[in-house]
Amino acid sequence: MSEKSQPRMDIVLGLILFVGMPVALYMALIGAPTEKTMGDLQRIFYFHVPAAITGLTAFALNFVASLMYLLRKNRWWDSLALGSAELGILFFGMVLITGPIWAKPVWLVWWTWSPRLTASFILCLLYAAYLLIRKSFEDPDRKAVIAAVFGVIAFIDAPLVWFSIRWWRDIHPSPMLETGGLAPSMRPALGICVAAFLILFLYLLRRRFYLETMRNKVEWMMRRIDEV
Amino acid sequence: MYKIWAIFRKDLIIEFRTKDSLTSMLFFGIVVLVIFNFALGSLHETIRSAVPGVLWVAFTFSGTLGLNRLFAAEKENGCLQGLLMIPADRGAIYLGKMLASFIFMLIAEAVIFIIGLVLFNLTVWAEIPYLLLVFVIGTLGFSAVGTLLSAIAVNTRLREVLLPLMLFPVILPILISAVEATDIILNAADYRALKLPLTIMTAFTILFGTISCLLFERVLEE
Amino acid sequence: MIEVRNLAKHFGRFSALRNLNLTVSDGDFISLFGKNGAGKTTLLRILAGLSRPSSGELYIKPSRQAPSRFIRGRIGYLSHDTSLYMDLTALENLRFYARLMDVPANAPALSERMKQVGLSGRERDPVRSFSRGMQQRLAIARAFLHDPDILLLDEPFTGLDSSGGDFFKDYLASARAGGKTCIMAIHDFRLGYEIADRLVVINGGTIALDIPKSSLNYEQFHEKLKHLLA
Repeated sequence: MSEKSQPRMDIVLGLILFVGMPVALYMALIGAPTEKTMGDLQRIFYFHVPAAITGLTAFALNFVASLMYLLRKNRWWDSLALGSAELGILFFGMVLITGPIWAKPVWLVWWTWSPRLTASFILCLLYAAYLLIRKSFEDPDRKAVIAAVFGVIAFIDAPLVWFSIRWWRDIHPSPMLETGGLAPSMRPALGICVAAFLILFLYLLRRRFYLETMRNKVEWMMRRIDEV
Repeated sequence: MYKIWAIFRKDLIIEFRTKDSLTSMLFFGIVVLVIFNFALGSLHETIRSAVPGVLWVAFTFSGTLGLNRLFAAEKENGCLQGLLMIPADRGAIYLGKMLASFIFMLIAEAVIFIIGLVLFNLTVWAEIPYLLLVFVIGTLGFSAVGTLLSAIAVNTRLREVLLPLMLFPVILPILISAVEATDIILNAADYRALKLPLTIMTAFTILFGTISCLLFERVLEE
Repeated sequence: MIEVRNLAKHFGRFSALRNLNLTVSDGDFISLFGKNGAGKTTLLRILAGLSRPSSGELYIKPSRQAPSRFIRGRIGYLSHDTSLYMDLTALENLRFYARLMDVPANAPALSERMKQVGLSGRERDPVRSFSRGMQQRLAIARAFLHDPDILLLDEPFTGLDSSGGDFFKDYLASARAGGKTCIMAIHDFRLGYEIADRLVVINGGTIALDIPKSSLNYEQFHEKLKHLLA
């Protein structure tokens, strides 16, 4: 992401979102057919699933960026890791909010300790800890190293969390993308929503990354001022 | 190899001289048991199924206390600096410290376990070898991650607060598996079900032991 | 030989070292002068391999890169901290470090070390009972247990009384005769001038002056130093 192309690319992404988000909303709320048993309630699914996919993508990106930072020691990767961790929590926060809203009328409870729910919750805790670590180091280089170490640990921990609770009885609907249980008429809406969320993620990530780059630049300039 | 041993021995000598960590670990673990005893007082018939969870909560809390102290002596006079200057792979420092935290925790666990048996009126002679296996693997995994995170936490402002925040979510897989394994041993007839939790615990320990050993150096360099 | 090129170390907005170049030949005895916070300790820590430079290159020959485990065995670093365990006895401290440094750890050899630093008879006392000066003596014995070729010293005279100071001056003189290399951060101008054969001044994280002792007498050097650090 070079600095000159930054604003132009962001304008393009912003425009796509400006058009894409209403389309996604229309498809989710009006365009897609109403589900047989759950009725309109099922429409929350078009936000829940894309948010989960985007959140997982963000955490995976954090892992790659953390690993690259440990290997290359370039701030570029650290800024990327930070941005993706924050956005991962944001999108997983959406998952954890939309989930109970749907669950209350369907399961009659807000929350249950099923594997999928538990794992999502732990994932959020792990990355919240990641952000807390970043807050407790003053020196940016130290902070970046420690955060990268924890980023690697957190991502490797995630599948272990999943396997360790797998034997719990799961009442969460199995992912319809895997089982192919989603009616073909619902697929376009889901596809558009996933695309819209991913573009939103990309846009926000770029903005966050840009801010972090500015911060690094300010830091560098302050050093230069001191030296002169 | 003998350097790992030397670091471990040094920690052992200091601990038996000061008894700083072990006393607080034991005290805290026992307090947790007593609190649970009150909280679960009305459930006399089903107490056996609550014991695994209670035990591991006590182990985890007392272990966290131990980890908080693990690098305290190294920080006091900049001893860590002296260790970092030795002509050896810095992974040896990690392994020595990990061994120390592992043994301290195991000692604390043994005492907490025996007191737990008395408090909860359990008889478990036949199950002890299996329980020992679960305790050893579980504790090994706990200290594998814990030692690395403790080395991170000791250099921060928040220190004692930061450690549990990092540690608890990370150790969750091994904790859940350990509780499950303990539960199978105490409450189920069929020990074949032990295979899954034990596999996860072993995988966790090996995976995080290796990663921590490799990353330890990066965590300590400024 | 140590070679440092364009070394910089930043802590966020603060730069402790910048654009620092220094070449140290075998057998150089360098006194490092500078105000508090000038970067002396940071430089020593980087040379010791305890801290990573933000940029720049560092060679400690024959190694081509930053201090590795093999180089570490040739460096003796004496810092502000004594690196001693308060709850172990003096002898236990030495024995522990001797094992880690691959040095004979038997009691007679270590007692000999204790004698060298003037602490014989105190082997079995815990370090906690030692005065600051005695701790510093023991720290000296500890840091140089493995007879390193390169001595990195950070204010080594801190806490030493006059007899301890004399002892350490003798120690450095014999190290110098033995062809060791030494870089010493020191705030006492006269003492630093007396011991070294090369005088280096760090100011604002970079080398402000680097001259052989023979080029200036003490009064001239003192004037220059005061001027530089003003």
